[in-house]
Amino acid sequence: MSVMLEPNPQQIKEQKLYAQMGLSDSEFEMVENILGRQPNYTETGLFSVMWSEHCSYKNSKPILRKFPTTGPRVLQGPGEGAGIVDIGDGQAVVFKMESHNHPSAIEPFQGAATGVGGIIRDVFSMGARPIAMLNSLRFGELTSPRVRYLFEEVVAGIAGYGNCIGIPTVGGEVQFDDCYAGNPLVNAMCVGLINHEDIQKGVASGVGNTVMYVGAKTGRDGIHGATFASEELSETSEEKRPAVQVGDPFMEKLLLEACLELVKSDALVGIQDMGAAGLTSSSAEMASKAGFGVEMNLDLIPQRESGMTAYEMMLSESQERMLIVVKKGREAEIVELFEKYDLDAVAVGHVTDDKMLRLLHKGEVVADVPADALAEEAPVYHKPSSVPAYYTEYQAMENVEPQVADYKETLINLLKQPTIASKEWVYDQYDYQVRTSTVVTPGSDAAVVRVRGTNKGLAMTTDCNSRYIYLDPETGGKIAVAEAARNVVCSGAKPLAITDCLNFGNPEKPEIFWQLEKSADGMAAACLALESPVIGGNVSLYNERSGVAVYPTPTIGLVGLVEDLSHVTTQDVKDAGDLVYLIGKTLTEFGGSELQKMVEGRIFGQAPSIDLQVEVARQNALLQAIQAGVVASAHDIAEGGFAVALAEKTFGAKNLGVDVTISGSAITALFSESQSRFIVTVKPQHAAAFEEIITDAVNIGTVTSDTSVIIRNENGEEWVSGSVEEFRSAWKGAIPCLLNSEA
Amino acid sequence: MKFAVLVFPGSNCDLDMYHAIKDELGEEAEYVWHDTKDLSGYDGILLPGGFSYGDYLRCGAIAQFSNVMSEVKKAADAGKPVLGICNGFQILTEAGLLPGALLRNKNLKFMCRTVELTVVNNNTMFTAEYAKDQVIQVPIAHGEGNYTCDEETLASLKANNQIVFTYTNDNPNGSVEDIAGIINERGNVLGMMPHPERAVHELIGGTDGLALFKSIVKQWRESHVSHA
Repeated sequence: MSVMLEPNPQQIKEQKLYAQMGLSDSEFEMVENILGRQPNYTETGLFSVMWSEHCSYKNSKPILRKFPTTGPRVLQGPGEGAGIVDIGDGQAVVFKMESHNHPSAIEPFQGAATGVGGIIRDVFSMGARPIAMLNSLRFGELTSPRVRYLFEEVVAGIAGYGNCIGIPTVGGEVQFDDCYAGNPLVNAMCVGLINHEDIQKGVASGVGNTVMYVGAKTGRDGIHGATFASEELSETSEEKRPAVQVGDPFMEKLLLEACLELVKSDALVGIQDMGAAGLTSSSAEMASKAGFGVEMNLDLIPQRESGMTAYEMMLSESQERMLIVVKKGREAEIVELFEKYDLDAVAVGHVTDDKMLRLLHKGEVVADVPADALAEEAPVYHKPSSVPAYYTEYQAMENVEPQVADYKETLINLLKQPTIASKEWVYDQYDYQVRTSTVVTPGSDAAVVRVRGTNKGLAMTTDCNSRYIYLDPETGGKIAVAEAARNVVCSGAKPLAITDCLNFGNPEKPEIFWQLEKSADGMAAACLALESPVIGGNVSLYNERSGVAVYPTPTIGLVGLVEDLSHVTTQDVKDAGDLVYLIGKTLTEFGGSELQKMVEGRIFGQAPSIDLQVEVARQNALLQAIQAGVVASAHDIAEGGFAVALAEKTFGAKNLGVDVTISGSAITALFSESQSRFIVTVKPQHAAAFEEIITDAVNIGTVTSDTSVIIRNENGEEWVSGSVEEFRSAWKGAIPCLLNSEA
Repeated sequence: MKFAVLVFPGSNCDLDMYHAIKDELGEEAEYVWHDTKDLSGYDGILLPGGFSYGDYLRCGAIAQFSNVMSEVKKAADAGKPVLGICNGFQILTEAGLLPGALLRNKNLKFMCRTVELTVVNNNTMFTAEYAKDQVIQVPIAHGEGNYTCDEETLASLKANNQIVFTYTNDNPNGSVEDIAGIINERGNVLGMMPHPERAVHELIGGTDGLALFKSIVKQWRESHVSHA
């Protein structure tokens, strides 16, 4: 029996113990006013965790309101476990992306693994079958041994969880910049499929209905994880390792199968994942959303450790647990269902009509607080915002070309930059084929997963060039959304909607808040233009280590619909004799470019410009051409510019090369990162039809059978000429080489 | 022909196996939960990939104690085709239906990629539809596919032509003699790390795995005609 003495209400107030839990003085005062008395230790814990940024979005709500969240296909926008978009035939796609940055900085394997586990639960708590995973990762430079450790362990953690549970990890992105050295970003996205009639909500409604706890037992792991996620990392963060949860993918596989059986039962009223803030958030939110109250007896909670206090149980973030509400009298069949999977399903309380979250423990009421106050009434802060000095300075700079002498050598060096280099080392560790539906595997612009039983597919990608966003948050925000859409369009799909993870520094710094505001403006504008609303996501602030913030990194997860699998297009050139086309204008734009970073060792100046009208028109035309069957391969031009994109088109092909002629100043033509550009190949017999659809496409050359990449200028001089193998081996070998070095 | 697709807690390639049989082969298949005590109604037994019981302790080590495994042994004794893929192979070695064991890959990492296999022995009920020494493309996805056995076992595997598939050029996981799949002496229990059920459709991973399933069905039909 535990004899741990909790501080009494008087001590909490006088010694400001609430501050250690993350509540400010004024927030504590609000809690006192709401309750009309001083909160006890457990209640203080409930408020502190529910009012953390991670759970309440108190600093980011005004930002999130900027995003369009509705559309004709949107069945569920932000606010539930995951967003849902109709894909026709009575089916819908369910998806969400979430961050697990702070845990991964401290304990990379478990941090990443439980990030994957959490986002999967968000999707199947909606009643959906998870069919694919993606991720978006940021690390410091691989020259640092600590960064290599984080990188290897994060990838292993994602693989360990996703592979075991049997959901293919089909795509993602990894970028490297020094600003992420102490605070890596680990964003995981899960995509699920659902029939409309199976859609569930996290609601606790119907007085007298039974609240049941299902899944793994509760332990002392992850206590205050949500609060930890809402602070800057520091030298002492290692001490918070106990705030990192430990994952058990086998347990989650059982829970997944059991819950998907459960959603077919009419006994189920509501279901919600116990994610951040565990039992507290699930019970308070389910009650609040439904307009009811919940009373739970904590003695009944399945516990992994003895002597747990109410505070510990309510704030534990033990993994692989769900809270469900079932119709009164139907509990036995639920218990039986979960027994098949050797899982606990225990009635722990009931729905009340008084809108309170009431907790009993050892015969005493240990908390009695309004559910709405926890779930909905956190204060909202409009943080001050100010333009950073660097932005003003960079905006005043002229666009200039970084100077390089040898174009071929430059291309090879660009291909070796870890952000551009092949990520095969990463995705080789992910089972991307399980469920045998992955039509386009990792390595192309977007992954495509077929919808079994139909002729449709889902294209999906994650994207974000944070360098552009750092230089110019609004423009960079537009580019992030536009580029994600480009990837999906290149794969033959129409963008449907996005999910995002807003990874930023400390919002209490006005310059950081300005980055957040402006990038959201840019993203919102692009979402509107591209008709891709935001249907969910999360916010991860305080991504700083010892006072240094990461680049503003609002990663975008975008899902598109392939109406017919015959439209699926990949980036690799297909046949000798096919014509190579360049779509889009190239300007001298090197701010934040890979070449600038490589040559100058830092980024500065203006981000590439983007005209959303042009972007939309190009994407629509390209998709039309793909759907008309006149495009053999398509690839957008991104980091590293034209030369990198062209070379990449030859890497997956067998015994083919390209020979093209382009105009303009060499460095700009080859390496500028101007936006809204594509390289496509077209069969000669389709050229006329293609040019009719995409009138501004320029035929720059052909696909050849001589396995070399040749780029000439208008005078026929070779700017770049080399064998595909030479370029491919530089691109393929770069990351393994960096990881094997002993620096 | 009617196949049982065994489902252990943590199996995750059961769906792939089921659809390969139903959709691509056009034969009957049923999921069979691990506590089933009777497999007599099935003509072929399939043990799919995944992480049975989380692969805790050792891959396949806990699954061998499932109720259904004594039925699998009965089916094997009765001469029915028993095929274990990936985790299914691991379970078959743990259960003693196949010799040897699977260790962690030599690079200690999970690997997912398509590899080339050589059909070393096409004189089995699982490989008759392949040509001898035919090279096929089949995906792998495993962390513990490094086949090992003692020298005596290896010698007898060779002597009895029990090595059915080998990795053609690149041995991805370090397995002894490039072994990718082996069969029991009687010739009706096959275990392999690569996933033929992932190579049964042009859109997904090619079709080189289809002949394996067709071989089983063809042999079964022929034996049924001759017994009829």
